[in-house]
Amino acid sequence: MPSLKDLKNRISSVKNTRKITKAMQMVAAAKLRRAQEAAQDARPYTERFNAVMAGLAASVGDSATAPKLLAGTGKDDVQLLIVMTAERGLCGGFNSNIAKLARQKTTELLAQGKTVKILTVGKKGRDSIKRDLGEYFVGHVDLSEVKRLGYVNAQDIAKDVLGRFDMGEFDVATLFYAKFQNVVTQIPTAQQIIPAKFDTDAAEAVSSVVEYEPSEEAILADLLPRGVATQIFAGLLENAASEQGARMSAMDNATRNAGDMIDKLTIEYNRSRQAVITSELIEIISGAEAL
Amino acid sequence: MADTMQFDLVSPERSLASLQATAVQIPGAEGDMTAMPMHAPTLTTLRPGVLKVDAPEGTTEFLVTGGFAQISAEGLSVLAEKAIPMDEFTREHLDELIEEARATYETAQKADGPHGLVEDAAKMLADMEALGTHMSL
Repeated sequence: MPSLKDLKNRISSVKNTRKITKAMQMVAAAKLRRAQEAAQDARPYTERFNAVMAGLAASVGDSATAPKLLAGTGKDDVQLLIVMTAERGLCGGFNSNIAKLARQKTTELLAQGKTVKILTVGKKGRDSIKRDLGEYFVGHVDLSEVKRLGYVNAQDIAKDVLGRFDMGEFDVATLFYAKFQNVVTQIPTAQQIIPAKFDTDAAEAVSSVVEYEPSEEAILADLLPRGVATQIFAGLLENAASEQGARMSAMDNATRNAGDMIDKLTIEYNRSRQAVITSELIEIISGAEAL
Repeated sequence: MADTMQFDLVSPERSLASLQATAVQIPGAEGDMTAMPMHAPTLTTLRPGVLKVDAPEGTTEFLVTGGFAQISAEGLSVLAEKAIPMDEFTREHLDELIEEARATYETAQKADGPHGLVEDAAKMLADMEALGTHMSL
C-alpha cells in the first residue's frame, strides 16, 4: 500500500506528463496544418507532371530507344528499397508501420531470390529495421537538420538514387512512405519509382498531335530524372503530414490516458486519506473510553 | 478568337500564378517563343531565363530555372523547377544559382560522366551568367 506522500508525488508527476503531451499535441496540430498546406501546394505540380509524363511515356514507351529509367534494365534482380520515416519518435505507430511494410517486402523479395538493398531516410526507421535488415543497408539520408522540407531535399535524395542507378547498382527502386488519409489514418505505401510507372488514365490528357521541342525522346530523357525527384518530394511531404497527424492522435490518446490515471490516483489518494483519518479517530475514541 | 488564355505557373513547392494572359514569352530550350491563345499544342523544356507574362492587368516577369511548358488549346502551364517573381529577385539569388551551376559543372567535369552531362552543366552555367547580364544586375 503506497503511502499518502507517494501517491501525491505520483499524481503530480502524471499531471506534468499530461501537460507535456498536451503541449506536444498542440504543437503537432500546428505543424500538421503547415505540412498539409505544403502537401496541397505541391499537388498541382505533381499532377500535371505525371499527366505529361504519362502521355510521353505512352507514345515513346514501346520503342527500343526508350530511356532505362522508363523501360527498366530488363531485369529485376537487384531491388532498392527507399524507406522514408520520421526523424523523431513519439508518433504512435507511424514509424513502425512503414518499417513493417518494408520488412514484409524484404522477406518477400528475398524468398524470390532477389538481392535487396535498403536506403533509409529518417533516423527512426533506420533504427527500427537495423537489427534484422542492417546487413542490406547501402546508405542513409539524414534530414534531422532540415527545418522546412524543400524540393532541394528531394533533389538530393534523387541525385543519390539516380547516381546509384547509373552505376548499375540496382534494377528496381521502390519508395516506402505513409500516405496521409486523415489524422487517425495513415496508409503505409510502397510505390515503384524506377522504372517509372504512370497512371494510364491520365495519359489521355496529352494528345499525339502535340509538337515537341526538342524531340520527344530528349524531353523524356530530361524529365524522367525530375520525375524521380518529384515523386520523392511528394512522398516526403505526405510523410511529413502523416507524421504530424500520427503524433497528434498519439498525443491526444496519451493526454486522455494521463487524465484517467489522475482520476484513479486521486480516488485512491482520497480513500487512503480517509482511512488514515478514520483510524486516528478510532484511536482517540478508544483511548477516551479506556479512561 | 479568344484574346486570353489560362496561364498557370507551378513549382514543386507552390503554385505561383494562375491567371488569364494574352501572351507569354517562354525561354524554351531551343530558343525563346511566345505563346498566344490558340497556339498549336506544344511541349518544350525550358532553359534558365525570364518568363514574361502579358495579361490585361499588366505584365509580370518570373525567373525560371529549368522545367517544361505545356501549351494546349485551352492554355499554358509552366512547370518550373524553381520560379521566382522578378521583383523579389536579387543579386544574391543569382549568385546562389550561378554558384550551384558552377558546382554541378565542376563535379560533372571531375566525374567525367556520360558525354552529355558536362556539356549540359556548362550550358547551364553559361545560361545563368547570361541571365545576370540580361538583367543588368
